Parts: sequence; structure tokens; C-alpha cells
Amino acid sequence: MSAPIQLRPDETFLLNVGPQHPATHGVLRVKMQMDGEYIVKAETVLGYVHRMHEKMGENRTYAQYLPNLSRLDYLGALGYTHGHVLAVERAAGIEVPERAEYIRAITVELNRVASHLFWFGAFVMDLGGFSPLMYAIQDREHILDMLEAVTGARLTYCYYRFGGLYNDVDDDFIEAAKRFIPRMRKSLKKYDALVSGNVIFRNRLEGIAPVSAEMCRKYGATGPVARGSGINFDVRKNEPYSVYPEFEFDVPVYHECDSLARYKVRMDEMEQSLRIIEQGLEKLPDGPIMAEKKPKTIKLPVGDYYQAVETARGSFGIRIVSDGDKNAYRLKLRSPTYSNMHLFDEACEGMLIMDALAFMGSLDLVIPEIDR
Amino acid sequence: MILETTQQALQALFAGSVPADEAEAGTPRGNGVLTRDYKTHGYHLDAQVDANQLLAAVTILDEGGFFIESITGVDWIKENQLEVIYDFSRYDFDACRVVIRTRVPRDKPVVPTISTIYAGANWHERETHDFFGIKFAGHPHLVPLLLPDDADFHPLLKDFKA
Repeated sequence: MSAPIQLRPDETFLLNVGPQHPATHGVLRVKMQMDGEYIVKAETVLGYVHRMHEKMGENRTYAQYLPNLSRLDYLGALGYTHGHVLAVERAAGIEVPERAEYIRAITVELNRVASHLFWFGAFVMDLGGFSPLMYAIQDREHILDMLEAVTGARLTYCYYRFGGLYNDVDDDFIEAAKRFIPRMRKSLKKYDALVSGNVIFRNRLEGIAPVSAEMCRKYGATGPVARGSGINFDVRKNEPYSVYPEFEFDVPVYHECDSLARYKVRMDEMEQSLRIIEQGLEKLPDGPIMAEKKPKTIKLPVGDYYQAVETARGSFGIRIVSDGDKNAYRLKLRSPTYSNMHLFDEACEGMLIMDALAFMGSLDLVIPEIDR
Repeated sequence: MILETTQQALQALFAGSVPADEAEAGTPRGNGVLTRDYKTHGYHLDAQVDANQLLAAVTILDEGGFFIESITGVDWIKENQLEVIYDFSRYDFDACRVVIRTRVPRDKPVVPTISTIYAGANWHERETHDFFGIKFAGHPHLVPLLLPDDADFHPLLKDFKA
């Protein structure tokens, strides 16, 4: 009889997660030094879908750059294009008609719900539950159909223009959005009943992967990750932009700091987005959708401009350094997932590998947005 | 409130020197702290510091409870300088965005790392090193992050030819 095979207690090994692995939801690689099932040290390797969007920002005019923004985060693209048009409008001093801003807010919030829905489905699938993804995709499909009718695209939108919109919404869209809200509310109840109380689901998340508020601050985590760590931070409230001050909505904050808290934040956020859409449809003013006074070629005055917006994943920032030309001299994209993912390496030390994958899911990663 | 205290704390770094003129960012200006119009610029305080004052300035923000937004660079090829820009913001409702910038000569672009103060600066500094070749002295792992492992080019330099 030979002796049973055993790992020496001081022996560790290297485990490669990705770059092609379903749990990473994209081409992300994490090198993990493992002690049995436990992670000793992790190192994230990025850059597999890096496309140098920032260089393209220097080579193209501001308007030509519009489609690039929706290629960062393909799940919540409208929020990113919103940031870009707001930054240019801020620097150029373009006033946007109220109707256009309302429609922007409505469509951004619809897109946020779509993004959270997809995350919800994929996250539960990571944990072994397949059917919620099917339900979530069905609801998301309604949103994509609505957005397709007004924007002409399902994922990579290029709907906003400097000074307004490319297309006004029609009655069909308003009717469809009004019908969608109660249906989505019903669905949210269904998801809650289906998933939130599930004992397997809760045991994989509750008390797992704590991210302290201090850690969020040191890494610059924003969005649902920060709000799941008890930080009441939402750019829509902290630095109000667009017409968000006109809406009544709450910012869900949970203090448990675990993976379940991040889940709860996103689930609650969908309800808040529905509230914004509801109020937006009610208050939607008549009028033009495009600013009247707008230069044909946009040239920004010399200077350094910054605009932050709250996307589905957190605070997205865009910095434009202008030298007065029709191209940006330097264009920097500050993506929220980049900072949220950065804390993964430190936070997952000492964690079980299965918990770390659930943790990764709770961060809501979109890799093209990290790599840019 | 936090705006005034932060401004005073940063101003103290320039004891004796006169505050910089209200020159537009984008043109070279002296070191000092400026307040910016949030409505047009999107941030409140704009401080240009010397590379050796950087850690002191970032420590002020760390102690003030700011979080790190991002780090990036700009290539001012005409002035033969590289600029490193640090963005900080706050989680509370006392909105105050602070921009710290420092300029280094193009042929010797070295600034101290702030990853010892903000752990999250690690990736941002690696990315800035990728794109501009700026070296962050004391950085624990300054290897390419977004570019290939063997990349020896810096694509955001204005004299970069693909």
C-alpha cells in the first residue's frame, strides 16, 4: 500500500483563472497563488481587450468620438455617452433643451435597469442557478426593443448629440415605457421571491468577501460596490447633473460590506430607476430636442475639463484637455470597474476560490470598460 | 467648508511664494493653488506642485478623507514637459473635487509613487507608465498593465509613430 497523496503544508501552487473563463465574463486573467482551496495571493492581469480609446480621442473630432463611448461598457452604454456629451457641453457652454435632458435621463435609467438585469442573471448563474438569467433576459429584451426604436441600436448607442438628441421619442415609446414600469415592478418581486431567500444563494454571499469603506476609499471604488460598503455616494445626488435634481429617488445603501450587500444595492437600484423613469415620463415637457445656438464644428476653449456621471457600474469620469483645436489634446476616461476591480487582489487574499469567484461576480465587471 | 480647509492646507505648501495667476490650465503656469469654477471646469481646486511636494500634497488629501479618482498624464511636447494629473474627490455631500498636477522634464520623467498612500494608485501609475513612460519612483511593480508585456513604446506621447 502506498501512502496517500498529500500536499505538504508549506506547498503552494499557481492557478490561472482566465483569460478565457466563464466566471470572468470576458477576457480577464487572474494569477492566483493557492494553498489548497485558499488564495494566498492574487494578481490581476489586464489588457486583453485594450483598444487605446484614449488615443482615438486625440485623433478624432468630438463628434466623431461619440460612437467610441458606447464601446466601453456594452451593457450600460448610454451612461457613458451621456458623460461625453455633458463634458463637451460644459466646456463649450451649450445649453440643452429641457425635453432633451429628460429623454436622456429616461433612456439612461432604462439602460441602467437593462444592465442590472443582465448582471443579476449572470451573477445568479455564476452561483449555479440558471433560470433567473432567462427571466432577466426576457425583461431586458423589452428595454432593448424600446431603446432600439428610438436610438436605432440595441447595445452600442450613439443617440445623444452635443446640444440634444438625434431623434425625438414618439408616442409608442412613451406608451411602451409606461407599460413596462408595472411589469418590471412585478418582475422585481418575482426575482426577490425566486432568489433572495434561497439558502444556497445566501450561504455563498452572506458575510463573504467583506470590503470595508476605508478600502473603497483607498482604491476609489464607486457605484454599487461602495454603496454596499455603507458609503452613501451617488454622483446623481452628490454632484447633481442633467435633470436629476428634479426627480425624487433614494440611494440604496447597505452596511454589511459583503457580496450580498452589493446584490441588494443593485436590486434596490432598479426600483429607484423605475421611479425616475416614471416621473420623467410624467413631467416630460414639450419643446425642441436640439439646442438652437450650436456651432457647426465644435472647438472647445483652451482648458482642462472634467465631467463625472453615475453609470450602472459607478462614477465614470471624462477629462478633456483642449488646446482650442477641434480634436481633444488629451482625453482621459476614468472607468469605474477599473477601480472596483483593483481592490479584488487585496480583498480576496485568504478567501476560498469559490467565494472569490462569487465576489468577482458581485463586482459587476465589464472587461472592455476596464481595458478601454 | 472642506474646500476652504483643503485650500489652506495645500496653500501652506507654497509658503512664501505668491499664488499663481489665474492662467488657463493648458498653458504653463507657476506652482500654486487655484480655485476653479465648478460649472465650467467640473472641479473645485486645481493645485500645481513640484514633484518633491507631491507626497505632502497627497497626504493632505488622504488625511482629509478624499478618495482617489484617477491618475493620468499629458504630453506638453512644445514645452518639453510631461504633466501628471491626480484626481481626488469625496464620498460625502461636501462636494470638492481636487486636481493635483505636477510637471517633469520630458527627458527625465520621474515622480514619486503615491501607491504607498493610496493603494489604488498602483494600477493608475502603471497605466500612466505604459502610455507616457513616466517613471514612478518606489512603485512596487512597474510593469506594463494594459500594453503587452514586452512593450517598449509609449503610445500617448505626441511624437509616437505607430
